[in-house]
Amino acid sequence: MIEIKNLHKSYPIGKDSLHVLKGLNLHIKEGEFVSIMGSSGSGKSTLLNIVGLLDIHDEGEYFLDGQKIENLDEKKAAILRNKFLGFVFQSFNLIGYKTALENVALPLYYKGIGRKERQKIALEYLDKVGLKDWAKHLPSELSGGQKQRVAIARALVTKPKVVLADEPTGALDSTTSSSVMEMLKDINREGMTVFVITHEEEIAAETDRIVRLKDGVIISDELTHKKAKA
Amino acid sequence: MKFLFDKDTWQEIYSGIRKNKVRTGITIIGVMWGIFLLVVLLGAARGLENKFNNLFGDFATNSVFVWAQSTSKPFKGFQEGKRMTLKMSDLENIKNEIEGLAFVVPRHQTQAQAVNNFKSGTFGIFGDYPTLDKVQKKNLTYGRFINDNDIEKKRKVCVIEEEIYKQLFDKDEYPIGTHIKINDINYLIIGMYKEGAIGSGGPQGAIHIPFTTFQQVYNRGNTVGWFMITGKPEFDIKQIEADVKLLLRNLHKVHPKDNRAFGSFNLGEQIAKVTGFLIGMQFLTWFVGIATLIAGVFAIGNILLITVKERTKEIGIRRALGAKPWEIKRQIILESVFLTSIAGALGIIFGGLVLMIIDATIGKGPDSVLINPTVDIPIVLIATSVLVVLGTLIGMIPAQIAVSIKPIEALRDE
Repeated sequence: MIEIKNLHKSYPIGKDSLHVLKGLNLHIKEGEFVSIMGSSGSGKSTLLNIVGLLDIHDEGEYFLDGQKIENLDEKKAAILRNKFLGFVFQSFNLIGYKTALENVALPLYYKGIGRKERQKIALEYLDKVGLKDWAKHLPSELSGGQKQRVAIARALVTKPKVVLADEPTGALDSTTSSSVMEMLKDINREGMTVFVITHEEEIAAETDRIVRLKDGVIISDELTHKKAKA
Repeated sequence: MKFLFDKDTWQEIYSGIRKNKVRTGITIIGVMWGIFLLVVLLGAARGLENKFNNLFGDFATNSVFVWAQSTSKPFKGFQEGKRMTLKMSDLENIKNEIEGLAFVVPRHQTQAQAVNNFKSGTFGIFGDYPTLDKVQKKNLTYGRFINDNDIEKKRKVCVIEEEIYKQLFDKDEYPIGTHIKINDINYLIIGMYKEGAIGSGGPQGAIHIPFTTFQQVYNRGNTVGWFMITGKPEFDIKQIEADVKLLLRNLHKVHPKDNRAFGSFNLGEQIAKVTGFLIGMQFLTWFVGIATLIAGVFAIGNILLITVKERTKEIGIRRALGAKPWEIKRQIILESVFLTSIAGALGIIFGGLVLMIIDATIGKGPDSVLINPTVDIPIVLIATSVLVVLGTLIGMIPAQIAVSIKPIEALRDE
């Protein structure tokens, strides 16, 4: 599903440039539940941005669903994001003046799906995350856990191939964190590839495979005990 | 262009606008103010122009009045201070000698008491030729003006101004065919007219009788009170004025440089001054109006820029969810166009209301400052479309900025 070969990325800082990713190789197959671990500055967010087509790599190759990602203009990137990827962010990133239902329906709008259909699908997914009754509420009227569940419903609504979660529990307490992780596990069980970025060991331990990053290099890539047992 | 008719596009814009009331309000007020000012200024300028046109409307604008005074220089044996009198023979001489004349109308004037039954008043009495109607258009409400027959037969007939009718007659009384008494002579009323704002008969109003009748009744012999002279449009009225006065000095044996012997009032020159003022005012109106519009457009651009900055994150989210750059751009531009159009429409409505109020308060009656202050619909529509087009163009700047921010940076924006 995701194949990365010798990936390099550097950011210009003044006259110098900061070399963030130093030749990563990573292969994630369809249906995997992977977490990227690393302290801040390890390059894990940069990796997620590149995988999420929000940023462009300098060197190396990146295949998404067998498609080589190169010379990507914003329009193509937008179409690919809409088609293949679902995002879950640490700060939820819901649009404040839209209701939960409208937030979930938004990716479908950009996919070009009709209004009625959109509302129906969005409501289905809200139901799936257990927030059907909150459909008409604004994000400001929801708790952190509820917000993240709305964000997950939004990430899933276009039936993407990969769900990318950037510190999905970073802003949540431990109880809600575990319920969010349960939800991601459920999604994974349905066959979706889930890609989580975190710096919390407990969260990473919930996933099937942990990739550890340090200073732009992969230092370990192993299956968790859970997966090994299963 | 299909998206323009897509309900979803408007749904997005509507929700964007509805949820950002303050921003929307400020934008609308800024633009509305611009178009409002333009409408009111143009309307007021038009009203003033109408007022002036109304003042001079009844006069041939290239007119000069010439009358006799007394000499200021001794000449050919005559002493200084000799009283001058215009004569009917001068009329023929002027007509023959001076180039570019349209009409030369000899007139006489006096004041007298007019009586109708028990009502009376003192009015200006004018001895006139039918040609007066050509130079100073009479808007007759009833009857006719003096004709050649009246002149020839020295008839005792008169044409009165509406003001006089009001003073001498009861309401709803029909004046034509009745008689009024002026200096104990009965005159048959043959016509009544509504005078423009510049009344030639002074505040009391004017009564016109045939010139020849006037000469006979008031014992004026073959003299003329003054001449009203109009030039053809292509001739310079100032030159005509100078020529006529020089000719009169020659005919009356006055020193060629005696400026006092014959007086004159050049209406054409006065009107040219006012017209110049009006043109200047129109220019000012347009200048201020357009400058305000441009300021309004910059206000839109500015507010949209703030909007984009404010919504950077939202735009980043939308793009992460698969919004194409063009979709983001067109939403911002469409929002701008929509807001400017609404604001423009509101500005026109409020401007129109203010013009209506002006019209209802200071635009009525003979002393009105502004008459019929209006704005041409095409001008307003053009101004609004210019505003919308400029709004679109300036909306492109923030739209471009919005999409030039990388989605990843936009998402990071707090």
